[in-house]
Amino acid sequence: MLRLGLVWKLFRRAAHIQRKRMAMTVAAIAWGTLSIVLLLSFGEGLKRNFSRGSRGLGEGIVVVWPGSTGIAYAGFPQGRNLTFMPADVPLLRASIPELGLASAEMIRWGNNVAYGRKTFSKPIKGVEPTYGELRNQIPEPGGRFLNERDEHEKRRVAFLGDNVKRELFGEREAVGETILINQAPFTVIGVMAKKIQMGAYSGMDQDHVLMPLSTFRAITGRTRLSDFVVRARTPAETPELKRQLFEVLGGKYRFDPEDERALRMWDTLETQKVTINIGLGIEIFLGMIGALTLLIGGVGVANIMFAVVKHRTREIGVQMAMGARRSYVLGPLVVESLFLTAVGGGIGVAVGVGVVQLLALVQSKSNSDALQFLGAPTFSPGVALTTILLLGGIGFLAGFFPARRAVSIQPAAALRYE
Amino acid sequence: MNLFVGRNGKKNGQAAPSSPPPIIDMRGLRKVYDTGAIQVEALRGIELVVQPREFVAIVGPSGSGKSTLLNIVGCLDVPSEGSYRLDGEEVAELDLDELADIRNRKVGFVFQSFNLLPQITAYENVEMPLLFKGAGARERRERVGWLFEQVGLADRMRHKPTELSGGQMQRVAIARALACEPALILADEPTGNLDTSSGQDIMSLFEQLAEKGHTLVLITHDAALARRTRRIVRLQDGLIVEDGPVSRAA
Ligand SMILES: Nc1ncnc2c1ncn2[C@@H]1O[C@H](COP(=O)(O)OP(=O)(O)OP(=O)(O)O)[C@@H](O)[C@H]1O
Ligand SMILES: [Mg+2]
Repeated sequence: MLRLGLVWKLFRRAAHIQRKRMAMTVAAIAWGTLSIVLLLSFGEGLKRNFSRGSRGLGEGIVVVWPGSTGIAYAGFPQGRNLTFMPADVPLLRASIPELGLASAEMIRWGNNVAYGRKTFSKPIKGVEPTYGELRNQIPEPGGRFLNERDEHEKRRVAFLGDNVKRELFGEREAVGETILINQAPFTVIGVMAKKIQMGAYSGMDQDHVLMPLSTFRAITGRTRLSDFVVRARTPAETPELKRQLFEVLGGKYRFDPEDERALRMWDTLETQKVTINIGLGIEIFLGMIGALTLLIGGVGVANIMFAVVKHRTREIGVQMAMGARRSYVLGPLVVESLFLTAVGGGIGVAVGVGVVQLLALVQSKSNSDALQFLGAPTFSPGVALTTILLLGGIGFLAGFFPARRAVSIQPAAALRYE
Repeated sequence: MNLFVGRNGKKNGQAAPSSPPPIIDMRGLRKVYDTGAIQVEALRGIELVVQPREFVAIVGPSGSGKSTLLNIVGCLDVPSEGSYRLDGEEVAELDLDELADIRNRKVGFVFQSFNLLPQITAYENVEMPLLFKGAGARERRERVGWLFEQVGLADRMRHKPTELSGGQMQRVAIARALACEPALILADEPTGNLDTSSGQDIMSLFEQLAEKGHTLVLITHDAALARRTRRIVRLQDGLIVEDGPVSRAA
């Protein structure tokens, strides 16, 4: 009807009169929305990075080091130091059906790694082709990981951690270049893609230079493995795999399969369980802060609306005395709520998305690990919409109910209000 | 309406066209304020008829029920008991929106404390009832301009009420009361918050309106002002104790 025009006109008049209060309400809704959007965006980003970081070392892997026997067994005394040999890994592959992937690993610290005039002291590792997948070392585009032919032909090829690459080459292309490792030339075949790693047993992967196990043995003359990395076919088979390792290696090296000190193991699945719980903790924590923020925001908005409408009971009485129907008083209030909610929520979301994007930009330009760890904040439209509707709804109810009360009493009573 | 009169051959209770119905027709009207613990019987059986073009003063001691009566007359409140016909229409049968429309079109109310909306201009205050009535922009503009000339405030239209004197505010309120050409103008102690000379001005304005044929009912404590009307209704303890024409001689 033509009454919509009237409601619109009355709303515009009220909005003009109460610019300041409208601005305050818009600010309150915008602020609440912004806080929640940022909080949950960062929370989501942090959580994702946390769980990704916990898998950075490798997913579901077990790292096995030789220990020393804790129990005298088969005529051998207690306290005997064990060592692993390169032949152990094929033995494991042949005798443990639960074994999915395995790689031997040999490490030597303090090697001269040089390119052009730059020389650094870096750890080098000899590993098998399966190591890349096991340890989540993915080559950057343009490069590759070590393969079977490298291993078989004892090729002098190197796979660089991203930090090593940056130190040697800066922003230049590294794949195809020749570096010197202890004066011996090696061809760079790949560079590890940057990853978040939250656990390490021999330094961070970004600082390592990898080469085929066979090459490593040839240039160092070593025969003992530092450790080996294994993964069960499925995560559920990991406990059985660990038991089998004790059986098989115990058989070979003559220790009691029950001797827990004979093998030292790091089961990342165990670590991941902890991480998942921490992630859950973070989520609950952020959820609580979010709920509290929303509560405070809601109380703020409700307070503004309530105080104003309460204050206006007498004015509503005057309007009623002049013949305003109830809808002429309530209608503009509904329009006002919609308007405040839309504008405040819009500003909050816009600023929130802006901040999230700005941070993404800063992150992409910077190498700060702390910033990286903050992760890519992830904007969630659902959360934003819920926040806006909740704040707007609270504001609307806080304003609507006193106003409805004011229009449902007799004008004479409303006019007596002070 | 008249079709039905012909068909069933009965009169429908309305007065003959030659004599219009009274503006105010109250029978056995009671008003009880229920404040929870105690019940106050403010009006205890009012019989009051006011014809068009009458100019009536309601007088009586404080607490006698004058404001209660006038509020009911102006449909700002509803009676607890009894019948009230305003311009021939039984008020008790109307819903809230219909009552709002009655207040808008038939009644113009002037308050002791002016009751102008403080945040909008005098012009916008007077325009308000016309907005509620649904008048077009042009009609509103012309009507509001004319009203401000009538009350002698054409140069103050764009001022906020707070920038006006008490007398000026009350004249704005009167302009507002006249906006929709009401059948009835009501005023509850319109001069109560004004100094003597402003009060005289306002009273003159009411006299002019009465001259022009408006129906006016006003409450006053001032006996001299009451005598400037044509009929005095005296209230005491919620009852009309005296009702008669003003004797010019006294
Ligand atoms: N809203 C109300 N609730 C309860 N009692 C009321 C209310 N309004 C008026 N009364 C009571 O009703 C009676 C009549 O009040 P009313 O305001 O009509 O008197 P009045 O004649 O206008 O007095 P005054 O000259 O002081 O304005 C008084 O006893 C008053 O206390
Ligand atoms: Mg009174």
